[in-house]
Amino acid sequence: MKRLEITAAEPAGDGVVHARRAFLRASAALGGGLLLEFALPVRGFARANPQSPAEGGVLGAYVRISPDGLVTITSKNPEIGQGIKTMLPMLIAEELDADWSKVRIDQALSDPAVFGRQVAGGSRATPLNWEPMRRVGAAARQMLVLAASQIWAVPASECQTSSGVVRHAPSGQTLDYGALASKAATIAAPDLKAVTLKDPKDFRIIGTPQRGVDSPAVVTGKPLFGIDVDLPGMRHAVFVKCPVFGGAVNHANLEAILAAPGVSHAFVVNGGQTFDGLVSGVAIVADSWWAAARARRKLEVDWNEGPTAAQDSAGFAARAAVLGPQPPELSIAREGDVDAALAGAAHVIEAAYSYPFLAHAALEPQNCTAHVQDGKAEIWAPTQNPDSGCKIVANTLGLAEADITIHMMRCGGGFGRRLMNDYMVEAAWISREIGAPVKLLWDREDDLRHDFYRPAGFHFFKAGLDGAGKLVAFRDHFISFGTGGKFANSAGLQPVEFPARFVPNFELGATLMALGVPTGPMRAPGSNALAFAFQSFIDELAFAARRDAVQFRLDLLGPPRIYAGTQGPNGATPDFDSGRMRAVLERVADRSGWGKRPLRTRSGLGAAFYFSHWATSPRSCRRPSLRAATFASKKSGWQPTSAATSSIRWAPRIKSKGPQSTASARRSDRPSRSSAGARSRAISMTIGCCASTVLRPWMCIS
Amino acid sequence: MKYSIHVNGAIKRVEADADTPLLWVLRDTLNLKGTKFACGTGMCGACTVHLNGAARRSCLISIANVGSGVVTTIEGIGDTPVGKKVQQAWLDIDVVQCGYCQAGQIMSAAALLATNTKPSDADIDHAMAGNICRCATYPRIRAAIKLAAGLPMIDAREADA
Repeated sequence: MKRLEITAAEPAGDGVVHARRAFLRASAALGGGLLLEFALPVRGFARANPQSPAEGGVLGAYVRISPDGLVTITSKNPEIGQGIKTMLPMLIAEELDADWSKVRIDQALSDPAVFGRQVAGGSRATPLNWEPMRRVGAAARQMLVLAASQIWAVPASECQTSSGVVRHAPSGQTLDYGALASKAATIAAPDLKAVTLKDPKDFRIIGTPQRGVDSPAVVTGKPLFGIDVDLPGMRHAVFVKCPVFGGAVNHANLEAILAAPGVSHAFVVNGGQTFDGLVSGVAIVADSWWAAARARRKLEVDWNEGPTAAQDSAGFAARAAVLGPQPPELSIAREGDVDAALAGAAHVIEAAYSYPFLAHAALEPQNCTAHVQDGKAEIWAPTQNPDSGCKIVANTLGLAEADITIHMMRCGGGFGRRLMNDYMVEAAWISREIGAPVKLLWDREDDLRHDFYRPAGFHFFKAGLDGAGKLVAFRDHFISFGTGGKFANSAGLQPVEFPARFVPNFELGATLMALGVPTGPMRAPGSNALAFAFQSFIDELAFAARRDAVQFRLDLLGPPRIYAGTQGPNGATPDFDSGRMRAVLERVADRSGWGKRPLRTRSGLGAAFYFSHWATSPRSCRRPSLRAATFASKKSGWQPTSAATSSIRWAPRIKSKGPQSTASARRSDRPSRSSAGARSRAISMTIGCCASTVLRPWMCIS
Repeated sequence: MKYSIHVNGAIKRVEADADTPLLWVLRDTLNLKGTKFACGTGMCGACTVHLNGAARRSCLISIANVGSGVVTTIEGIGDTPVGKKVQQAWLDIDVVQCGYCQAGQIMSAAALLATNTKPSDADIDHAMAGNICRCATYPRIRAAIKLAAGLPMIDAREADA
């Protein structure tokens, strides 16, 4: 694979490259057939600037139809197990009316100038690509139809397509796409804005389960992942960082390491203090990873640990216990008069909840293969966020971004950890230092010790119920992390956190503790911790009110109403549609046999719901259906749910259509957001009934 | 040190230090990348191979201890009738999410079905307990094992709910 030859863009005066429209170009493919190249709409990416089609530039995104009928489509986003490598081409294949069994998929390189956003994070891939990708497929189909109509000398309007074949209904003539591809290559590509999209009721590929394109390679053990990369002359490296975040090497016994069998290099790297960049450490390079890892056992480093050595989890917990009862440093939300309402309440309930820092622990340890030479870098990385890594490598090594090629390797798990690219810049730096291609591989301990952790948090709740058991006051003092009134990465709380706006007297406040530990998003960031704390406390309130846990929540949601979303620190928050949430909760209660389900000894059934994050801005969200992205077994009887929440992806035995059924969603041109970004979710789960060591989540998401 | 080991039906001559784990001989010397490194301490099952037909963690077996043992990896398991069936079931159910653990899962499942053609749920749990999937594909893994064994795919403990 060769990176396209492109020149670095000059950012406009305001530092932003202005939006470019999508464009399309048709040409004859090498070996015959149609090559349809396209670039997607780009806003704000300054990395590179491909020449316009008129100037003969080569783009990286394409649909190729060869004379034998095979359709090859580039898939542009990082694959971390969410299925996007399969799903994005499905959007093109649908409108192309391709025979899916004849579709082949090529993984794209990282190049936002051609592909737009190439990130596995924020649940945005489907909303952002839903229409642009479909338009590319529709354009290709239109060209094939035109080619057939010219061959047959009939009006194009009399020609139809189905599954890779154009048919002229009046005469009964047919030609398959392979036979038409070379002719189609002589036809000018249509304006993407003007092409006709299918009526969703005619979808044959979107909304159907399709096997992951890499699954056959996975089950037979073919090389696929970042860790599987092998290059001629490649060396193997480990990189040892300070056990205390922000610490630096004073001295290391490099001579002893260099004397170890197989070791070719051992050197100190003087990094900076940016955790997702290059930090101080010792690199050991050997002719095999095992030799490097074994030499590491002899490594003795005198570390300058720095101020973070004074921080620990027990200290944070003790400090939080002191801060919790005090007035908060920040007011996040305030409605009514909580103090007065608590004073007049029949019952006042207090509870404190806490949760720890969590490592993502993706099963594939962090790794990256890099070859830096002659001012250029070629990188093979399992990353969720390649362009961010490109910028860090460019800045740290003093390279032009256009001289950096990044191959996105399949990731053995991401969960948000691989949004950061520290391992990428480490590999690039080591490769340049030794003048050879190198594969850097962290061990499991490195991975757990040098993560961007889901932040810990401490919640001090206080709430009041009136004599009828109705919630009249709710307060949370959230002890979190940050400085200067600014939350640490992913340690924040939105002012609209439920039950905000559903309780007449409501307060959210926060106090921040300084933190030297890197934090970051983990799975549905925020939600995974906040849902636990808030919904658990609401359960305690239901118990205190002597109400059924589901009924208490339904009463809290009240009559159906929609509260508009707001701009929060993490972007737009979704509309809160209480009627929809009620319906989800009622459905879950019904499907789980709530109140009727026989329970085993020492087991229970709990209910919870959560208004989760918004997949994209309301403006650009066209309510896409991710049913296209998820793969369900027809035989298993299980329904897949959102690929955006892989941790709770499956709903065994619940034929979950949800209150706004996904079946109807994909029949609508405005498919449900619930399947793409989960505007609102309800979860029911069995608790404490797992006899086996195998986790058996039993959940329903809608 | 020079060793001759029996891998996937062939004798392979390799040169490695005696303490080198079989995992790294497979991956970096024999270029069999299907067997995965994930914990290096036998706690996750990603590196599972068969040694004389039994599921073993290749990160814990040194090359010196392989001896004349017959090693089968994910690249070779499809040559056995049970392995082929398990791989096909994995595709039929489309078990794979990120896929990183699945070679190890398949090796453990194939070892189970080679000795127990009709495993109970408890048998499956016992055999698969050491294989971690961070994506939590466990329900599909169980279903695929049952499919490969020709068993009904309902989990008895879920059916009673």
